[in-house]
Amino acid sequence: MTTTALLLTLVFVFIPIILSKTLGLQLEKDTIVATVRSTVQLLLVGFVLKFVFDSESYLFIFLMVALMIAAAVQNARKKGQQIRGITWKLAVTFIFLEVLTQGILLGFAIVPATAQYIISLTGMVIGNSMVLAILFLNRFVAEVETHRAESELILSLGGTPKQAIHRQLIRSIQASMIPTIESQKTIGLVQLPGMMSGQIIAGADPLEAVQFQLLVVFLLLTTAALTSVCLGLLSYPTLFNERMQMIQKEPADK
Amino acid sequence: MNTEWTASLYEPALHFQRVSFGTATTKIIDEVTGSFPKQQITVLVGPSGAGKTTLLKLCNGLLNPTSGEIYLEGKPIKEMAPTDLRRRAGIVLQQTPMIDGSVYDNLALTLRLQGKELSQEEAYDILDQVGLERKYLQSDSDSLSGGQRQKVSIARTLLNKSEILLLDEITSALDPSSLHEVEELIRNLHKVYGITVVWITHNLEQARRMGHYAWIMMDGKVKETGEISVLEHSEKPEVQSFLRGDY
Repeated sequence: MTTTALLLTLVFVFIPIILSKTLGLQLEKDTIVATVRSTVQLLLVGFVLKFVFDSESYLFIFLMVALMIAAAVQNARKKGQQIRGITWKLAVTFIFLEVLTQGILLGFAIVPATAQYIISLTGMVIGNSMVLAILFLNRFVAEVETHRAESELILSLGGTPKQAIHRQLIRSIQASMIPTIESQKTIGLVQLPGMMSGQIIAGADPLEAVQFQLLVVFLLLTTAALTSVCLGLLSYPTLFNERMQMIQKEPADK
Repeated sequence: MNTEWTASLYEPALHFQRVSFGTATTKIIDEVTGSFPKQQITVLVGPSGAGKTTLLKLCNGLLNPTSGEIYLEGKPIKEMAPTDLRRRAGIVLQQTPMIDGSVYDNLALTLRLQGKELSQEEAYDILDQVGLERKYLQSDSDSLSGGQRQKVSIARTLLNKSEILLLDEITSALDPSSLHEVEELIRNLHKVYGITVVWITHNLEQARRMGHYAWIMMDGKVKETGEISVLEHSEKPEVQSFLRGDY
């Protein structure tokens, strides 16, 4: 793409700004901030990636992956403040996922062990995992509060914390996984995935692009399942104390 | 009468030794000492906010005392496994939820928590015990009346073969006919199985009808304990005031 062509794409920024101004949406400032931020961030990432790819150093690949995981933890933790130790729980989940998926991909030589593949696939796995984690935490925190009486009932009948929270955990895992599964059912029919479109635009053979996209689709299914299950299993014990009591947010009712 | 009364004359099922519960600023239970006598019905009365429900939750292990000791049959409950304690001292709360599903699903829950299945015969037996017709076994729990729900709640707790039944205002939302049915049920359970019952009630008439013994609590403290006649004559002005219905 030429610089002139890139500059011309700014037309797509002016359209929402003009609409916002005309209709009084008051979104001009946010649109400009979003444009500037995305431009700066993507350019920076572009330079960093070029440097990492050129260096061919595993240390830089490692640092890049660590940075992605740290950013994902930082973003997702805001949704799970009620859960004790959410930061390390998210970190463990993302690291486990990264090690497992890269272990399979590189271990079976499904993709070459180069920065291009490792970093791109990590971005997709961790990025999706972060969204999944946020969906899961939102739902789990709400489920626990809504069904507190049901959990207390099970505890009062002699159930364990795991039994007391089982239904809420299952419902939260299902709810967080459904968007991934549903979107994959219509993939190719309603929308062409961004990565596949990018490859095709860049001149790749569509069938080759499809093969690579399939790898990503399958990878994201594992990401969805493992993120919710891992985070769920790590999170629920912190809602109880050692006497199998639900930790009270406020003093108990009289 | 002083609070050592039951401990000295009757074998206690549950005994409290200077039990307190609360936060740094609020005491919900304040230095409670006393006992619930074994195989008797003890009614627990007092104005709203007296700490009655909290006291029952402490007995069932849903809450921990911030200080003091509770004993079940002479053994500190903090040394018992929480699951064991909760099965032995079963609690039925005022608005116990039903889990989604049928009456059978709700009854089976108790045994399922122990990895066991509830047979249809056992289910019928427990329905007979609580006076709920067998035809309700497959009914959706949402379709039950208030009285029927409370019977299912009691049955669910009884399936643990609890030796102590802790009841929190279980008839407060029931119509008079359901109320008398539940009273009759508790009276029978106590008579036939010798279950120790601790019953929180706001209804002083019901307390007099049902209780052998009474505890009067106010502001987190136990004001009087003794035979049911303690509800007729107390020398403490604040208790007299409560019994007159001034609270």
